[in-house]
Amino acid sequence: MLNEDNALPLSPQEPAVRGSYGRVAPAPTHFLVPGGDTRRRLLGGLLGGSATLFGAASFAQQKTERQVNPPPSTGLPRWSQALGQPVNTTYGTPSEYEKNIVRRQSPGLTTTNQSSIAFAPLQNLFGIITPSGLHFERDHSGRPDVDPDQHRLLIHGLVREAKIFTMADILRYPSVSRIHFIECGANTGMEWANVAVPTVQYSHGMLSCSEYTGVLLSTLLDEVGYDSKKSRYVLAEGADAASLTRSIPIEVALNDVMVVYGQNGEMLRPENGYPLRLLVPGVQGVSSVKWLRRLKVGDAAFETREETRHYTDLMPDGISRQYTWVQEAKSVITSPSGGQKLLDHGYYEITGLAWSGRGAVKRVDVSTDGGRNWKTASLQAPILSKALTRFRMDWRWGGDSALLQSRVIDSTGYVQPLIKQLRAVRGARSIYHNNAIQTWQVDPLGNVSNVQLS
Amino acid sequence: MSNFPNFKLHGSGLALLFLMLLADPALAASDRPPSLGLGSPASRSQIARWDIDVRPDGIGLPVGHGSVEEGQLVYDEKCAACHGTFGESGDYAQLAGGVGSLHSAQPVRTVGSVLSHATTLWDYINRAMPFPNSKSLTPHEVYAVTAYVLSLNDIVPPGTVLNERSLPGIAMPNQSGFTTHHGFMAIRGEPDVKNSACMKNCTTSTTIISRLPADFTAKNYGNISQEFRSLNRDTLRAETPIPSMPTTPESGPKLALINGCTACHQTEQKIVGPSFKDIAQKYRQSPDALKNLTQKIRAGGAGNWGETPMPPQTKPSALDLDILVRWILASPSHS
Ligand code: HEC
Ligand code: HEC
Repeated sequence: MLNEDNALPLSPQEPAVRGSYGRVAPAPTHFLVPGGDTRRRLLGGLLGGSATLFGAASFAQQKTERQVNPPPSTGLPRWSQALGQPVNTTYGTPSEYEKNIVRRQSPGLTTTNQSSIAFAPLQNLFGIITPSGLHFERDHSGRPDVDPDQHRLLIHGLVREAKIFTMADILRYPSVSRIHFIECGANTGMEWANVAVPTVQYSHGMLSCSEYTGVLLSTLLDEVGYDSKKSRYVLAEGADAASLTRSIPIEVALNDVMVVYGQNGEMLRPENGYPLRLLVPGVQGVSSVKWLRRLKVGDAAFETREETRHYTDLMPDGISRQYTWVQEAKSVITSPSGGQKLLDHGYYEITGLAWSGRGAVKRVDVSTDGGRNWKTASLQAPILSKALTRFRMDWRWGGDSALLQSRVIDSTGYVQPLIKQLRAVRGARSIYHNNAIQTWQVDPLGNVSNVQLS
Repeated sequence: MSNFPNFKLHGSGLALLFLMLLADPALAASDRPPSLGLGSPASRSQIARWDIDVRPDGIGLPVGHGSVEEGQLVYDEKCAACHGTFGESGDYAQLAGGVGSLHSAQPVRTVGSVLSHATTLWDYINRAMPFPNSKSLTPHEVYAVTAYVLSLNDIVPPGTVLNERSLPGIAMPNQSGFTTHHGFMAIRGEPDVKNSACMKNCTTSTTIISRLPADFTAKNYGNISQEFRSLNRDTLRAETPIPSMPTTPESGPKLALINGCTACHQTEQKIVGPSFKDIAQKYRQSPDALKNLTQKIRAGGAGNWGETPMPPQTKPSALDLDILVRWILASPSHS
């Protein structure tokens, strides 16, 4: 239990309410006088432990800067009295106060900023749709902004008639809209051997989910008359400087693969392949080739660099698994999660995301004692195949140390494994497909951190 | 149908149409032809300009040749700055070394140690390198620099000349290092790792064996508290239904008085309505207390404490009501 003496010092004007529901809550910030937030600063000093770890002091600082001193006569914040801005006729951006909610690189992960990764801030997101401006980004030779008028898609190879499509052509085809996740095959790859990163943004942030609109690849393959007897693989190639290529098996290509131009109601963002990308639902993200310029139907796999040198899973015997497409079921608690701090005892909503490349999420269980006991979480509709599913569980934190975990079971009955079970079979050097149960430790001071259990 | 002049039916089209109809009965057959006839036929020369992929069997390789020695000249000029004189630099991508290391605890993954086909190396350099100016090498230069990178890995000896016929025949050290015997190729593939869905008293270790060193995060990531919505702490705190506005424009007791609440409520004693203390006791632990009580006071009503209804309370401003409810919920301490 939390030693009450270590807890927040109560200032005289605050009622001393103690018990299972914890400490007093602070006043909303707009009632605070700039620089006068003594209690908060004290709190930073006492609860931040080492102020560097949590940076509570600078947090208070940051808060203070943006406080508005209310006119003493009314106690109203400025925005309740002053006329606001004119209606916005530019592309809307998030509130100024949300400016820290951005994609981030993990320090030291890549040498260049062009062949790099920007992780989605999962800890700050709600529901299942990733805002397009926060969708994770993995580029191999930087992010082009492709002129849609000049962009062409060539489909050739084992087809009756090779064709070149303009964007105008593609947009004429019957469209479909579907919600799917994209997860990089290397998501959580840094954590195979040990804990390596502090927050869920870096541990699981190569994951995003959007509503995509486009044409089924089967429609286009049919348009060019693919050879249904000889075709085995479709090579997809990007129009960026890397011209990344991947082989897509024809059964998958004809099943649910989409040629996508729309994302969350608007055109794709440049970082997600504007104006055209492939979407291979449930399969490691590298197959969903961005800036799609070419599809070649062939009778064999193409053995590209992205399916031999990379995106192959090295096993302890030195043999690499090749063509490990499917993203197995996985879940993670996004709040409370690493780097957060619980300041009060009492009610918390444990919430997170679950998904499976094999179908829909059937059930998510949550444990607060490191996996000894589990409770089934509630799932938020819609629960869609190969899409993120939001789960929630009520939790009352009394100040004890806790080990939070989530465990998904998908529509095939597959149960998300423990890291030790994965390591027992695959070792710790395979980089890809780490779908282990994540553990967040809550210490008695409320600090949440990334840990792994034996 | 005049929009779709090129109305062709063919086998797979029919099959697809049939599938689509099965999937979506709302689609009338006449509304969706299997072919829209859109897109322009691609000419051979158009295809040739883009058709750059090279397969392990050598299909796609252009005619050309280059030697290890010519490759060194290309490499020193256009590649060494990033990949190191001997391909040893791991800053960008280490190109040489690691052959035979893949089964060890510290595998060194390079194009030499991992690739199963030399054609893949050719294809990749041709399409993606040099990094700042891809697709700028002639086929001749690509053969040459491929030969050089292979020689840095001791896969070909000095003096080797590679061309479209010899390249596919190069024996790569890891050519039998791949398997497709795993469950990841199909939706119905058999998973290699199985967990059980034990719910109670599961025997599992809860010993922490890995965590970040104490100063790691601050040193490498800076102040990560900035990476959370800065309301985060307050939001979490606001879930706790306890008073939070001790020094607001009007204090709770005064607001209760001027808004007429004390006509029916006292702190300790039940009069017409329940005592504030009892109300606090009843709702303090409920996460929604603030919201629910605010609504109830506005709307009035009976049933939670007896038959007597509370009339709708319209007098207090939203702000004052907020203060009032928080104050009521903290009742025991201000009696
Ligand atoms: C400006 C730095 C730079 C230069 C110059 C450069 N490269 Fe690269 N190279 C990279 C980066 C960065 C990558 C990794 C790209 C990625 O992540 O997809 C790479 C990857 C490679 C790879 C694949 C390595 C692997 O293990 O996957 C090969 C092969 C390669 N380069 C060869 C060359 C050759 C040959 C040249 C000269 C013609 C060259 N590079 C010039 C930066 C460079
Ligand atoms: C005319 C009498 C009357 C007045 C005036 C009155 N109340 Fe009430 N109040 C009641 C009664 C009766 C109940 C019990 C209602 C019930 O059983 O659901 C009640 C219940 C409540 C409750 C508990 C609600 C619940 O659902 O459990 C709160 C909080 C409350 N009053 C606050 C106020 C505040 C604040 C004011 C002044 C703005 C106020 N009341 C004015 C009679 C009154």
